[in-house]
Amino acid sequence: MIRTLFVEPVAILALAGVVLVGVPWLLYEDHPPEPGLTPYTPEQATGRATYVDLGCAYCHSQQPRDPSYAPDAERGWGRASTAGDYVYDSPHQLGTMRTGPDLFNIGARQPSVDWHLVHLFQPRAVVSWSIMPSYPFLFEVKDAAGPDDRVVTVPAPWGPATGVVVARPEALALAAYLAGLDHTYPARDLPLRSKAEPAAVGGAP
Amino acid sequence: MDRSFAILFAASFLIEIAALVMLIRAVARDQFGGLAAARMIFHPREFGVSEDPARPAAEDHALPDDLDYQTELAHRAVADQSSKWPVLAFLVSAVFWLNLGSIFGLLTALKFNLPDFLASDAALTFGRLRPVHLNLVAYGWLSMAGVAVSLWLIPRLVRHPLVGGAWAVAGAIFWNVGVTAGFLALLGGWTEGIEWLEFPWQIDSLLVVGGALAGIPLILTIRASGARHLYVSVWYIIAAFLWFPFLFLVANAPGVHFGVEQAAANWWFAHNVLGLWFTPISLAAAYYLIPKIIGRPIHSYGLSLLGFWGLALFYSHVGIHHLIGGPVPTWLVTVSTVSSMMMFVPVIAVAVNHHFTMRGHFGVLRDSPTLKFIVAGAMAYTLTSGQGSLQALRTVNQTTHFTHFTVAHAHFGAYGFASLILFGASYFLLPRLLGREWPRPAWINVHFWLSMVGILLYFVGLSIGGWLQGRAMLDGSVPFEQSVTVTLPYLWSRTVAGTIMTIAHLVYAVHVAWMVFGRAPAAALRANLSEVA
Ligand code: HEC
Ligand code: HEM
Ligand code: HEM
Repeated sequence: MIRTLFVEPVAILALAGVVLVGVPWLLYEDHPPEPGLTPYTPEQATGRATYVDLGCAYCHSQQPRDPSYAPDAERGWGRASTAGDYVYDSPHQLGTMRTGPDLFNIGARQPSVDWHLVHLFQPRAVVSWSIMPSYPFLFEVKDAAGPDDRVVTVPAPWGPATGVVVARPEALALAAYLAGLDHTYPARDLPLRSKAEPAAVGGAP
Repeated sequence: MDRSFAILFAASFLIEIAALVMLIRAVARDQFGGLAAARMIFHPREFGVSEDPARPAAEDHALPDDLDYQTELAHRAVADQSSKWPVLAFLVSAVFWLNLGSIFGLLTALKFNLPDFLASDAALTFGRLRPVHLNLVAYGWLSMAGVAVSLWLIPRLVRHPLVGGAWAVAGAIFWNVGVTAGFLALLGGWTEGIEWLEFPWQIDSLLVVGGALAGIPLILTIRASGARHLYVSVWYIIAAFLWFPFLFLVANAPGVHFGVEQAAANWWFAHNVLGLWFTPISLAAAYYLIPKIIGRPIHSYGLSLLGFWGLALFYSHVGIHHLIGGPVPTWLVTVSTVSSMMMFVPVIAVAVNHHFTMRGHFGVLRDSPTLKFIVAGAMAYTLTSGQGSLQALRTVNQTTHFTHFTVAHAHFGAYGFASLILFGASYFLLPRLLGREWPRPAWINVHFWLSMVGILLYFVGLSIGGWLQGRAMLDGSVPFEQSVTVTLPYLWSRTVAGTIMTIAHLVYAVHVAWMVFGRAPAAALRANLSEVA
């Protein structure tokens, strides 16, 4: 009698684990990347690590939904993502919140590294209603820029009173990661999820 | 609806129902103890007598003259004393983490209102404070308080002193070192980067050791007791202590998970932490304390059975409802959605069982501080679960998925249900363990009402805000901006609610510290009853 209590609950959980984790594991173990997907450059990979460690995913998803289900493509967030889009992603950053927009194709709609740098320094400098945190610690204020410095031009009330804002390497890597987030190539795996054709590939900002 | 989807949906529904029926038949044939088990938490003299050691002393009864009853109380006293130090170690730590976690929750909430507040340092950015909050309340507060309650309940329920209590105290030390290390790691930016699994696996291993040191004594105690009947609370606790390590090890295994599969593992784990770790322990406490406080056995043994096995079968499969609309196969989401709907079965079974046990005894709520917490928590369980099941439907999830609506649900469950029950249990057990009265019984009510007002404001405000946010986002012609601005007032109401809750936790912490470390007023007779003979 008591043995049932020790064996069955674990057996049930193991079964659930096989169905919900084991089968996907087998299914995707050797899953090839989407043909259009390129691996991250070393700089982008560094930027991705910063994205993970600053917890951007708690406000931004990276999983546009199908047009038949939600207007993500209409907002310019791109086609529905597929398993093959994520093969280089670990830890996964799919996210569960959209306090801010989906970023899976932010590089397609906002390829400018300069825009990202200003936005990271002070989101409200470019988007007045933003509630995204500012990340001033990714930047340095210097009296004058050195020869290798990337100067960030911050609009009027938001910059420092004196000196120039210079991006630290973390900011540059993060911006490079964002500018490279582009999964607008055609998807091989899409029929797995939906018969609907992607309404917008890329899309306008 | 797509036809193949509908067929899939119906088929998995049928399979799950068949599985449940088979399971219950199998289990019912070899009974866990039936009515006898439902009554085993009482001495015959206790039927119809309400017991709550958190009540002010005026309620005290006289010492029993009945030898048999005195022996029963002595057994209980021995059980309580055997678990005293382990329970105190886990509970006091939990209360500390609750307060620290609440302060971090509050800071996180303020970040939405004032995005440039504390922006100058990476350690204090939103994306670090949030996981700190989540992990402190999940692994510091809910887990440690849950372990404390389990360590107290099992010796009582199997009538055998805790075996290896010193190991459990060591477990509390390991667990605390783990949570402290995890806390510092997350502030410093060392994270696994996966929600609910942020602690690096090296640190997780401390929790594994700590959990094993606390869990193994429980199992040994049950074995040593030779008990033939196990009360329903014991089923939940045993199962929780088997499930959690299993889950934790599978989900944290380094280097195993990748890409989309990692997301599946992530959410399978995360919902199981809620459903198969926090939930069963809180339900175990409710199943013991409701009958105990009102002096009446649980209404239906059969329903307890259904509630337990239904939970085991369906909760274990719901995880992928966190990825509805995501890049995972439809069948996977379907399995979880169906299981989420099936969760109505065990949830209603538990609700009906508790309701009928309480029926005719709601008057006890007026003067029993513990019961207020437990009953409010049990009601929140039903409501939050019903809400959860609906939220798992594609049509509802479409609106609510990426919004603050989920956060409202999360707090209603983790706070309104799990935390309230743990609060109540701690108010009941500490007088028994320490042989002392609560120094200020009125503060218990203050705590209760602050918590209630806080969580209701939190839940109602964010639910409205989240729903509006979701509707705005779902309409492609509405600019994204609106989905942000529409939530602003509700994000403020959340901050106010969180402040109220944090004050409640401060009251609780001071009271617990006074109780444990202070020289509280002499123990009253009733609080001492269990130490007689
Ligand atoms: C508290 C929530 C929050 C956090 C944390 C957050 N963001 Fe944002 N983000 C927003 C909001 C709201 C917007 C929309 C307003 C705006 O553009 O600033 C946004 C917009 C953006 C945009 C522009 C999207 C577009 O479609 O124009 C980018 C890029 C971005 N965030 C990147 C990041 C990065 C990188 C991080 C982590 C370092 C981050 N965000 C952290 C809330 C957040
Ligand atoms: C029948 C029972 C329940 C069901 C079917 C259910 C369903 C759900 C669903 C569908 C979500 C995901 C929402 C989304 O991301 O779109 C969710 C989130 C959540 N639920 Fe429940 N719920 C149930 C009970 C509970 C209980 C009892 C608790 C607390 C102990 C709880 C705590 C949470 C938390 C914390 C989250 C947020 C997870 C995260 O995103 O980090 N739920 N629930
Ligand atoms: C002990 C009680 C508490 C528990 C168990 C708890 C639990 C949780 C959980 C599970 C989440 C994750 C939600 C999700 O991912 O959907 C969360 C997030 C959060 N909690 Fe709490 N919480 C508690 C108290 C508080 C308090 C007092 C506040 C103060 C306002 C607070 C504020 C927040 C905030 C701001 C978030 C982040 C939400 C987001 O990212 O959008 N919590 N909490």
